Amino acid sequence: MEVAQELAVELSGITKTYGSGDSKVTALRGVDLEVSSDELLMLVGPSGCGKTTLISIVAGILDQDAGSCHVFGQDMKAMRDRDRVRYRGDHIGFVFQAFNLLPTLTAAENAAIPLLIKGVARREAVERASDMLERVGLKGRGHSLPSQLSGGQQQRVAIARSLVHQPRLIVCDEPTSALDHETGHKVMELFRDVAMGEGRSLIIVTHDSRIFEFADRIATMDDGRIVEVTKAPPKSH
Amino acid sequence: MIYVALRMLTGDRGKYFGIVMGLTFASFLITQQMAIFVGLMTRTYGFITDSALADVWVMDPKVQFVDDIKPLQDTQLLRVRGIEGVEWAVPLYKGILKARLDNGNFQACNVVGLDDATLIGGPATMIEGALADLRRADGVIIDEAGAKGKLARKGPDGIAIPLKVGSTVELNDHRAVVVGICRVSRTFQSQPVVYTTYTRATTFAPMERKLLSFIQAKARPGITPKELASRIAKGTTLAAYTKPEFESLTISYFMKYTGIPINFGIAVLLGFLVGTAIAGQTFYNFTLENLKHFAALKAMGATNGTLLVMVVLQALLVGGIGYGFGTGLAAMFGRAVGTNTELAFRLPWQILCGTGGAIAVICTFAALLSLIKVIRLEPAIVFKG
Repeated sequence: MEVAQELAVELSGITKTYGSGDSKVTALRGVDLEVSSDELLMLVGPSGCGKTTLISIVAGILDQDAGSCHVFGQDMKAMRDRDRVRYRGDHIGFVFQAFNLLPTLTAAENAAIPLLIKGVARREAVERASDMLERVGLKGRGHSLPSQLSGGQQQRVAIARSLVHQPRLIVCDEPTSALDHETGHKVMELFRDVAMGEGRSLIIVTHDSRIFEFADRIATMDDGRIVEVTKAPPKSH
Repeated sequence: MIYVALRMLTGDRGKYFGIVMGLTFASFLITQQMAIFVGLMTRTYGFITDSALADVWVMDPKVQFVDDIKPLQDTQLLRVRGIEGVEWAVPLYKGILKARLDNGNFQACNVVGLDDATLIGGPATMIEGALADLRRADGVIIDEAGAKGKLARKGPDGIAIPLKVGSTVELNDHRAVVVGICRVSRTFQSQPVVYTTYTRATTFAPMERKLLSFIQAKARPGITPKELASRIAKGTTLAAYTKPEFESLTISYFMKYTGIPINFGIAVLLGFLVGTAIAGQTFYNFTLENLKHFAALKAMGATNGTLLVMVVLQALLVGGIGYGFGTGLAAMFGRAVGTNTELAFRLPWQILCGTGGAIAVICTFAALLSLIKVIRLEPAIVFKG
């Protein structure tokens, strides 16, 4: 008997438009999507198809115009701003395309930011961040500034930062686009090894077809709609 | 997050020093210009300040400031002495007389004639000679700046030879002998100050029916200067002011009828605007450059309140450091130029407070501009590359 998995994300009829009048742009036209816990879903599609808008809504940093967005059962739009910010800080991790590491903080301090935001004391936060850096293969690099790290290492710091506060959902925007093929592969392996499990879900927006094999499912978007959801291709290694 | 805010600010040394330098410059400029303005204004009533003994100054009701001499009849002195509560009252001559220089030029001098008997109103600091030497024939005491500067003689090699005790000067065609050199507050017009006795001053002065410039009076114990001034004014129909009132009257005249306040006001305003432009713009740019980081923090769960505290803290820190450096530099500048030179410079605590307020306004303005950006910041921009 198949055991029903808990839904991490449940989107129903999501629409979103920007601007008004002649400059009105419809980014999402009724998106329905479900992401299970412990699932790695990749969102793919051409530029401007609405991927970034969709993950912004899922992450609770953008409101949809219509439809509902539930993350672990919480209606994101129904929450008060303050509660939503707290919910984001507690349950969602972020990995950005440009890493967005603070250049004047060390790797450990950067990785500790979600904990610092939650009010954890600096010493403890940095210790926990250093442990997480070790898990992503950056043992001994905690004192390095981002400028002293390679692109792949910076992305590892960003991954450590997204995991340090044990979120239940991680949203990633083009995590491998700034990396070469080999480094991109290593980063994705890291995601599978370190980030997955413990009921955690990952939504990764990507154009990089070389990493599709790491997905559980791939949702293809076009013109503000999800046109296809497929199982990932077989792994090549 | 306070640590993150401080690291964001100080981590990039170049930008950090740029902001601090901007605020230092603004702080220095505002403090220095205000101090020169205050120094200049202080000089307008320096003569009143130097006359420490008198409680009340009596003069013609039409007098508008200390150099606006409208002579009184000598009999007015007796009327003032007759007012109940007057401990003593002495005459004072004050006028501008010409001194002939060796090269044939004339130099206007501020001649002060002191009561012959008491010499009340004389300079407090004597560098050479003694105040009592004024009783010697043709005796005058000249201020140090005048003796070394405008009244100094030119030697054969062109080097100025200061007047010293024993030198003679020609005041309005009268011979005067220098019997002392004193130190007094600089006058507004930086004219040499020449002290002599009242009687001698009136012989130096051109013939006029009335020569009594002021009457200085002292209140009896138990009577306040204000009360005495009021009694004298009522009893004589003359104007009588306490020392602070006369200083205030003099300043008011200069503020109202000269272009000094507006000219210095413009300089101070320029300092403020330049400071705002440099520091505000630099700080604003700093926040703009960090917007993507603020957006990332916001996305990761930092509240607007947390970000506001970070920005305000950054503004306060650079503001405080810039203020400290700027006012410190201004104080060093003041110390370097000295307190009694051609350049008027006075740095009372009120200026430091004023500069602090101005820097706070600059920082608040810059922080507010930045805060608006941060508050309106859409965290979704972090996904836009």
